[in-house]
Amino acid sequence: MARKNAGNAAARGTTPEPSAVRPTTPNTSVEPAPKAATTTTTSSSPSTSTVTLSANSSPLAVAGAIWGKYQKDTPQRTKLIDVFMGFLVVVGAVQFVYCVLAGNYPFNAFLAGFAATVGQFVLTASLRIQTNPANKTEFSSVSPERAFADFVFGSLTLHFFCVNFIN
Amino acid sequence: MSTVKSILFKDPASTESARTILRVVILLTIAAAAVASRLFSVIRFESIIHEFDPWFNFRASKYLVKNGFFDFWNWFDDRTWYPLGRVTGGTLYPGLMVTSGAIWHALRMISLPVDIRNICVLLAPGFSGLTAFATYLFTKEMKDSGAGLLAAAFMGIAPGYISRSVAGSYDNEAIAIFLLMFTFYLWIKAAKLGSAMWGGLCALFYFYMVSAWGGYVFITNLIPLHVFVLILMGRYSGRIYVAYSSWYALGTLASMQVPFVGFLPVRTSEHMAALGIFGLIQLVAFVDFLRGQVPSKQFNTLLRALVILITVVAFTGLVTLTVTGVIAPWSGRFYSLWDTGYAKIHIPIIASVSEHQPTAWPSFFFDLNFLIWLFPAGVYLCFRQLRDEHVFIIVYSVMASYFAGVMVRLMLTLTPIVCVAAAIAVSSIFDTYLEIDSPEEQEEDDSKKSKKEKVKDTTGGFLSSKAPFIGIYSVSSKVAVVAAFSVYLILFVLHCTWVTSNAYSSPSVVLASRMPDGSQHIIDDFREAYYWLRKNTPYDAKIMSWWDYGYQIGGMADRTTLVDNNTWNNTHIATVGKAMASSEEVSYDILRKHEVDYVLVIFGGLLGYSGDDINKFLWMVRIAEGVWPAEVQERKFFTSRGEYKIDAEATDTMKNSLMYKMSYYKYPSLFPPGQAQDRVRGARLPSEGPVLHTLDEAFTSENWIVRIYKVKDLDEFGRDHFAVSAFEGGKKKGKKGGLAGRAGGKRGRRVVRI
Repeated sequence: MARKNAGNAAARGTTPEPSAVRPTTPNTSVEPAPKAATTTTTSSSPSTSTVTLSANSSPLAVAGAIWGKYQKDTPQRTKLIDVFMGFLVVVGAVQFVYCVLAGNYPFNAFLAGFAATVGQFVLTASLRIQTNPANKTEFSSVSPERAFADFVFGSLTLHFFCVNFIN
Repeated sequence: MSTVKSILFKDPASTESARTILRVVILLTIAAAAVASRLFSVIRFESIIHEFDPWFNFRASKYLVKNGFFDFWNWFDDRTWYPLGRVTGGTLYPGLMVTSGAIWHALRMISLPVDIRNICVLLAPGFSGLTAFATYLFTKEMKDSGAGLLAAAFMGIAPGYISRSVAGSYDNEAIAIFLLMFTFYLWIKAAKLGSAMWGGLCALFYFYMVSAWGGYVFITNLIPLHVFVLILMGRYSGRIYVAYSSWYALGTLASMQVPFVGFLPVRTSEHMAALGIFGLIQLVAFVDFLRGQVPSKQFNTLLRALVILITVVAFTGLVTLTVTGVIAPWSGRFYSLWDTGYAKIHIPIIASVSEHQPTAWPSFFFDLNFLIWLFPAGVYLCFRQLRDEHVFIIVYSVMASYFAGVMVRLMLTLTPIVCVAAAIAVSSIFDTYLEIDSPEEQEEDDSKKSKKEKVKDTTGGFLSSKAPFIGIYSVSSKVAVVAAFSVYLILFVLHCTWVTSNAYSSPSVVLASRMPDGSQHIIDDFREAYYWLRKNTPYDAKIMSWWDYGYQIGGMADRTTLVDNNTWNNTHIATVGKAMASSEEVSYDILRKHEVDYVLVIFGGLLGYSGDDINKFLWMVRIAEGVWPAEVQERKFFTSRGEYKIDAEATDTMKNSLMYKMSYYKYPSLFPPGQAQDRVRGARLPSEGPVLHTLDEAFTSENWIVRIYKVKDLDEFGRDHFAVSAFEGGKKKGKKGGLAGRAGGKRGRRVVRI
């Protein structure tokens, strides 16, 4: 674990946040404020300010901080992958809600569709993890090209079984 | 010494190609040895399918080869489980038959028209060679290729595996153990490299395994357990995520393609662990991702909120699903894994199978010889290094040891890991003691110093793993240890050959015995009787026997059976058990209602064959009692002193039961009056034998092992024979054509079928 943290810190060496302790937190949370404020309730921001003094911030504020950092640091390609993953989550959720509401009659069809989204999601997540430069040390034998080939192989297998299963 | 060394042991890099060739040759030799040691039964007897289940697999393979794959897939078999029939295509694991069918087609393609029977007989030995290779690959990932070769050799000849893979033992396990080891190898590879391709390949072989053997559940639970233990040890990494996610997502979907498995992976509790770990690893990955994004203080806050949220959601979800019955509870077979007494009380049909009995401790030594005491040493060596893949060995060995202790049959899953662990131990010993150079005295001082220094700055891990390797000084200790282990290895080979030759190479369809002069005498009663059935009965005749012989009758005699070894319908089996355990009056009704033409019993009393039906009789009674507690009672078959007797002291219920009557019918006439003896139970029988009213003796084999009775038809007036003989008061016992009318209400009185 210690090794892994060090690796992450090294990868994030250019960003100032980790070293600065308290005052940065309000700053980073202010940055996405226009977005965060729309989604969260206004009551969260006073609580943030009070908790900051006791060296603790509310989960919502932390989530806002993460969002800001994510927007800033993530490469465009990775964001594209993330959008695809988000899309898969939505499709999977829609199928699941449909299954709950309208019944699961062709159960194999539902399973095939749901498994396709879940499987594609984890394969994409795998691709994202493998190609993340921060994880270079872990995946010494997996180059980004190899990762993409793995991704294609996995997806082909997955969809072959899905098509077979969906009837 | 040094010149010899320089000649023999050059720089490892320069001899790499020579080493590779040597490895290939050794592996081929091991495979050849593995195949050869499984051929005892073919040489002693002939190329014949063994035992019970293989006869069904053989019959299904013949069907597959004859009718093609799609017919096989949709096969509805109306010649078993009469009158229910069996949806065979949807209730078997097709992997074995498809494999041998593919081999058959491949050989024909290259103009080698081999009989399907020979392929079936030799499939298990052939795959044992592949198993040795898979074990080599697996162990190589754990230590090095030296240990791999040792493990392959052990695996090739270990009796624990041979017991289910001799030539002719055409059962699912024949290919399943190879698939088990190869799937594990691919899993280790995937977890080591973090590659989705290896994970996907692992899923494909997992699919093959699912299609081949019900024991796939072992993999389904072991891999998640490995991942879970790694997460608990704080060893989560992206590699584990990639390997497990790709394996689970692909493997589960693939496993659902097998009709017999169907929706089980999302419905039953046995598969829920894998699903749970899949969910868990997604969360862990997400949390790990977040950890990279925020400072640790705030991360804790976030983590706490997440943990609370997830616990609440997961717990409510689980409770709802179990209450609403979406997830099925654990099946009986699995309860019996945790509570060995469970099956005996609740499901006698499972307990009645001999291979589901708990293991007796000598059989560990019998099946594994010196591997069993090297096994803990190998596991200890894994603890010393404790990389991710060593955790797998530890988890596997703990689980497999437990399960092997619970069920004899699961010795099969223990054997591979014992071979691997023992090979690691032996190869470590040889690594240490086969070093030709002795370390210098000077080096010792240095190393001791450095050892002390190292101990000081040790921050974590096991102390023993930090100690530098020193070496062995005296030549004599080297020679002693190496010699001792060579002797052990030679003894192991001798033991394996002896066990294979004596214990595991009997087809059990054909029995061998020794004549007083030492020559071999073949007892072929089973095939004699089945051949009689095939030649002397109509094609659609229905044969009733205890379920053990269902597959053999279907395979060898090609006649319709009521129950067989695929024990899917307990009630139907209990019906047969009731027919055997009841008096003739009750049984005849059951026989008539099921349109039984012939009844077949196995009787070993004359020859001393102990696996006969009288010895299995109590299970029939128990299973029947489970369904009809009021009509069949086990207690009534015991004497007042609680003994199971078949001689003059036997209870009336016992003496009147159909099984007893069929077994001993006319038997005393073989002996001088009053001398009739049952050689299995060592009991003297009453001088006059039982009387049968409703059955005619049709055939009795040479050594009286198989006895076949024909069920009499109703007489011309539609009366059953019991009524006739009761009416005639024994004057014309069993003769057809009495005068009295039949007691009309009887047929409808008892509900026999479900």
